[in-house]
Amino acid sequence: MSTAIAFLLAATFVISVGGLGLLIWALVNDQFTMGKRAAQTIFGTDEVGRVEDPATPADTRAEMQRERGEIADRGQQGLEDRAARVRADRSSRTPVTWWLASSLVWLVLGSIIGLIVSMKFHMPDWLVNDPALTFGRLRPAHLNLVAYGWASMAGVGVGIWLIPRLFKVTLQGPAYATAGAIIWNVGIFLGTAALLTGYSDGMEWLEFPWPIDITLVVGGALAAVPLILSLLKRRVQHLYVSAWYLLAALIWFPMLFVTANLPNLFSGVEQSMLNWWYAHNVLGLWMTPLGLAAAYYMIPKIVGAPIYSYSLSLVGFWALALFYSQVGLHHLIGGPVPTWAVTISIVHSVMMVIPVVAVAVNHHMTVAPHWRLLLYSPTLRFVVLGAVMYTAASLQGSMQALRSVNEITHFTHYTVAHAHLGLYGFLTYIMFGAIYFIMPRLTGREWPYPKAITAHFWLVFVGFAVYFIFLSIGGWLQGLAMQDPSRPFMESVTLTLPYLEARSVGGAIMTLGHVVFAVHAFIALSRSGPVRDDAALFRRPAAQSPAGGSA
Amino acid sequence: MTRALGIVAAAAMILLFAALMIVVMPSIQLQASVRPPEGLKPYSESALVGRDVYVSLGCVYCHSQQPRDPSLGPDAIRGWGRAAVPADFIYDSPHLLGTMRTGPDLLNIGARQPSVDWHMTHLYNPRAVMPESIMPAYPFLFEVKEEAGPRDIVVNLPDDFAPDGGVVVARPAARDLVQYLLELDRTYPVDEIPVEEAD
Ligand code: HEM
Ligand code: HEM
Repeated sequence: MSTAIAFLLAATFVISVGGLGLLIWALVNDQFTMGKRAAQTIFGTDEVGRVEDPATPADTRAEMQRERGEIADRGQQGLEDRAARVRADRSSRTPVTWWLASSLVWLVLGSIIGLIVSMKFHMPDWLVNDPALTFGRLRPAHLNLVAYGWASMAGVGVGIWLIPRLFKVTLQGPAYATAGAIIWNVGIFLGTAALLTGYSDGMEWLEFPWPIDITLVVGGALAAVPLILSLLKRRVQHLYVSAWYLLAALIWFPMLFVTANLPNLFSGVEQSMLNWWYAHNVLGLWMTPLGLAAAYYMIPKIVGAPIYSYSLSLVGFWALALFYSQVGLHHLIGGPVPTWAVTISIVHSVMMVIPVVAVAVNHHMTVAPHWRLLLYSPTLRFVVLGAVMYTAASLQGSMQALRSVNEITHFTHYTVAHAHLGLYGFLTYIMFGAIYFIMPRLTGREWPYPKAITAHFWLVFVGFAVYFIFLSIGGWLQGLAMQDPSRPFMESVTLTLPYLEARSVGGAIMTLGHVVFAVHAFIALSRSGPVRDDAALFRRPAAQSPAGGSA
Repeated sequence: MTRALGIVAAAAMILLFAALMIVVMPSIQLQASVRPPEGLKPYSESALVGRDVYVSLGCVYCHSQQPRDPSLGPDAIRGWGRAAVPADFIYDSPHLLGTMRTGPDLLNIGARQPSVDWHMTHLYNPRAVMPESIMPAYPFLFEVKEEAGPRDIVVNLPDDFAPDGGVVVARPAARDLVQYLLELDRTYPVDEIPVEEAD
């Protein structure tokens, strides 16, 4: 067996590196004929150099523009491009509103449950009389609510909103996506109810009973229909990199979700490998592409500058596909699974540094020359912070996959801190930013209370810093204690208590931030707050607006 | 259009390839070589019900079931057992390997703690036997009766934890769960597990 294994190991490595080499060759030799022009597709005429942030009041936006450099008014073509985009935004309004508004409800619910779970760590006799409120039921309810209710729904909503802008058409078949949101919501509701009443498939990330998973498959498929229909009608020469991520995520998620949820495919150790193949891919090939697709659009749009290197973004994309898909077994390091397979995953986890650095250079170098815009734009702050956390979470992940580090951190709260750095610091922050950018286009008005945006930012920023820093330290110490045979196991339990209490404090502050955000969003959606500025940029295309502003 | 199709097709191929590498290949290897250990009986009917209770109450979120090799940690020294091997899990579905050790590993809890009494008290309130434990209490697995019936399992409780009147007895779910815990015992030596070379 061992020669065969050595051969396989070598083969995967060669194929992965070979694939990357091929891509770099293709780029160097300009096989893609994309480069600059492709990076510009997301801008209309006369738009590069123009900042854009509909979540800031008009006067701040003017200051932002001065900071970025003055720019001439739009010409005729520029106005037409903008009008076309306003039409595109209108066409996606109903489904996007459904997906985003639903995601906010699940975010708040998931956060409250997360907070209860956190408090139960240091208050083990609290809420113990009802089995629906026991730790082991609320814990998967939290994960599934935030992963499938919040992160996935927000990601899909932002994705649907991006489609007509990326393809320069009106959204084709929006009603499918609206129906998809409704069915997906039914799935989240039933799945959570099932978990709380004790019906679970038992595997992490796959807890919803499989019959309920069918609703997510149908809802997701319906949401994909407009993507495909719009793609067929598209009026752009180049597919912008965000579209690459969206298209790939579209095929990856159903493949993963359906395979992993097939009942009784495997048992025992084989099942654990399927479980973690799924669970890391749902992060790497579903949530991450959704987050990156949004970041690749929002960052250049807000600062009004094309992405730093378009070729680099393609390297990042394919390297991510090649390497992320193989990392799942780093969740089973030291477990009873074949060591060679775990080694494949560890090697690929380290190779993930390549796409991560590619994306990091691209994102951060696009922002760097214009960093002062961060002072004005809350949207940019969220998205850029999210992009920084992506880099951080990923580099941390690569370290954590090394056997020497993993043996300390594997079974500890350190992993949970990493999980939140990824799903919260990266994905959630980017979704916050994207929603601040998108919502005014749905309502046709600015956000009613700019101060609420600032409050939201600082609450989740401070809250998450407390959450992450304390939990990481606590988890690391927990791991050291657990690995030291001279210390009793109970020491690794008791020493974490102050850190777990700090996590509850951080989590409470984050949850408060989410409530502020959700309430603000629903006031905006119901159009009941003060009308501060019915900015020209949101008006119907018929009412020709004066040149100037952005859209 | 062809470019879009190319992206989607290549993306799908890459994922299939990955599944082949890290799920299908190792599974083929295991299915070809793993045989049931003689020292491991399939779970009893009560233990299977108890296993469902374990899944339903989410014990897996705090307890792993996979002692590691001594080179990776002092699991054996803590009494959690020898390193787990694939054959230990052939009767397990869903798998419950776990990813957290908020509490200790449980793959051999039946050997380490074979007392029904201890488990009952511990489940009713962990702090009755381990004052520093942060494990949740599971009072809903028990009921308070005036007087125990002939077949009831009565939970022994220190005064601080006992109800004001009556006795605490185990509900069926608690009995099954404890039966499952007692059957968590993979202490048979590895070299007695039959192996078949894959090639
Ligand atoms: C708002 C405050 C939040 C609090 C207080 C909180 C708290 C918690 C707690 C206590 C756990 C259980 C950890 C364990 O079992 O050891 C957890 C797990 C998790 N949470 Fe959160 N959470 C919050 C928000 C979020 C958000 C917004 C997301 C994602 C978008 C998220 C994603 C996760 C994930 C993926 C896990 C599983 C971690 C693992 O298995 O390692 N959480 N959270
Ligand atoms: C290069 C990229 C990354 C690598 C190599 C990596 C590596 C890892 C490793 C080794 C673990 C398992 C730790 C253990 O159980 O001992 C882990 C857990 C986790 N990672 Fe990452 N990570 C990366 C990026 C990310 C990103 C970007 C996200 C979020 C989108 C993320 C989310 C998570 C979550 C949620 C878990 C906990 C899973 C669970 O136990 O339920 N990771 N990661």
